[in-house]
Amino acid sequence: MTAVSDPQSVAALVAEANDNRVNLDFETEGMTLNMGPQHPATHGTLRIIARLDGEQVISAEPMCGYMHRGYEKLTEVRTYPQINALINRIDWLGSFANEVPFILAAEKLMDVEAPPRAQWIRTILFEMSRVANISLFLGDFGLQLGGMTAGFYAFRDREWVLNQIESATGGRFHPNFDRIGGLKDDLPKGWIEESHTAMDKLLAFCDEMEDLLVGNEIFQGRTRGIGVIPAEIALSYGLSGANLRASGVDWDLRRDNCPPGLVYDKADWKVWTHPDGDCFARTWVRLQETREAAKIVKQLLDTIPSGPVMAKVPRIIKVPAGEAYVATENPLGEMGYYVVSKGDLVPFRVKIRSASFNNISVLPWVARGAYVPDLISILGSLYFILGDIDR
Amino acid sequence: MDQLSSADTETPEEAAPATDDAREAVLAEFTARLGEGVLGSHIRVGDDLWIRVERAHWLEAAEVAQSMGYRFFDFLSAIDWLPSPFGRDMDAQEDLVVAGTPAKEPEAMVQGYAGGDTRFQLLARLYSISAGMGITFKCDLPDDDLTAPTWSNVFAGANWHEREAREMFGFSFDGHPNMINMYLPVDFVGNPLRKDFPLLARRVRPWPGIVDVEPMPGVADEEGEGE
Repeated sequence: MTAVSDPQSVAALVAEANDNRVNLDFETEGMTLNMGPQHPATHGTLRIIARLDGEQVISAEPMCGYMHRGYEKLTEVRTYPQINALINRIDWLGSFANEVPFILAAEKLMDVEAPPRAQWIRTILFEMSRVANISLFLGDFGLQLGGMTAGFYAFRDREWVLNQIESATGGRFHPNFDRIGGLKDDLPKGWIEESHTAMDKLLAFCDEMEDLLVGNEIFQGRTRGIGVIPAEIALSYGLSGANLRASGVDWDLRRDNCPPGLVYDKADWKVWTHPDGDCFARTWVRLQETREAAKIVKQLLDTIPSGPVMAKVPRIIKVPAGEAYVATENPLGEMGYYVVSKGDLVPFRVKIRSASFNNISVLPWVARGAYVPDLISILGSLYFILGDIDR
Repeated sequence: MDQLSSADTETPEEAAPATDDAREAVLAEFTARLGEGVLGSHIRVGDDLWIRVERAHWLEAAEVAQSMGYRFFDFLSAIDWLPSPFGRDMDAQEDLVVAGTPAKEPEAMVQGYAGGDTRFQLLARLYSISAGMGITFKCDLPDDDLTAPTWSNVFAGANWHEREAREMFGFSFDGHPNMINMYLPVDFVGNPLRKDFPLLARRVRPWPGIVDVEPMPGVADEEGEGE
């Protein structure tokens, strides 16, 4: 962390910070702290300009756009199958989950439904990417708070899931496996048994994390009561996923508004909430979610129906004119695509509603009055992927 | 926490008539409270509800929806309905000077669900967790005055979305507290998501899939491409 010497309005910010001495008992020097664009806690290139009074944050303003790739514009010159390869890169830790809502939106407009076997495998891979994504969060968050060990454990055990995703789809990070009307391929031989083993490993990993990290006294000291977001604020900012459930809102799109094409109702699982709304609650909810996701996978693996994995769709895909919004509960929260089609090979407009964009927009609100080390806890526990903010 | 069966009730084939009634009721209540502000609406049975409101009632629409339980802010963006001057779709790559064919005639501007009169429309979505339904709002913005009142005092999350809509489409939002660029550099010229903003990479270097590949059998005639 260094004092900033850089861009735009920093001089004005410094002057303003100097005027903004909130603590009158101790005369402290106002200063502007620049975090990023390269900072371990920013998962990429997010820059945060924090104005400080001593150790206290007066305001923290995230600066986005260092990785803006203009996906919404690019979708207007790509066919639907090509877009599928593009949107893999939005949330790169849970790539398969990015594809699903877009494909479902196209299927809705085309009035196509994937065969049951494809729906099953889709849901399994969706939950596997959730496990891969959130298991890394648990390790990475520990790393940010100084618990190095957790990070290594997470990278070690995430391999079990990535190997399964790779052997089914051919891609570790960017599967590009989902198709309008089904899936690219069927599962390879022996995959189901291997996946059971992988999920058992991940369930053991969750237990390990619970003892090692979440139960750790220092960890709890750094997260309990820090960065509290009340439910009303969370709803107003559009926080979703574990961030919302950690504020006590019992809402999960998988259970409450599951789009047709995913089979969450065929498994027995639970939505976890936490009343506290602090950094600890967010971590705890995610830990439980990883367990539930592994359980969903294990249950669905045992009940996969036989049959084809691809419905009858034309070879050249033209989506009929119309508009549709489909959102699913992705690892980071609600991810949705608003697709406007005019009956062409390419969509007319795609609005990508990504979870991290809304999730991180609460940062200026929640960081106000926090201390500098707590800023790291808050950032880490809100859990964003930069590609999911900048799109 | 044990609402495991609730996912069943949302599947359209099972509950289609029922959800339709629910959306009709929401629309009726909303129309009753907003009065003349509602200009158009569209319901897709068991799926979604679109409401187009007048610009003067844009802010009021957010407040009314919030008081009706639509408290979750989903997103706010816009649509530019101008048919692309660079051609309709991937086929339009042949419009390029490179291919040497004359450009296609642009079609008429057609707005989507819930209608519309202008090129630019605001697009926003709110969700009610208790009702399990969302509403997509639209609002016409006349070309000569691309301004709208800000939603950020009602839904704090609208702050960032309006910043994005401003730089991408060139709107302005009255009363917005922090109107600085979201993604683009400060000296960037143009509004990238407008349809008349060319995607230069595509202009300079055509998509190889279009230029090199023979047309699919049977499609060539229908598409009017190829020999």
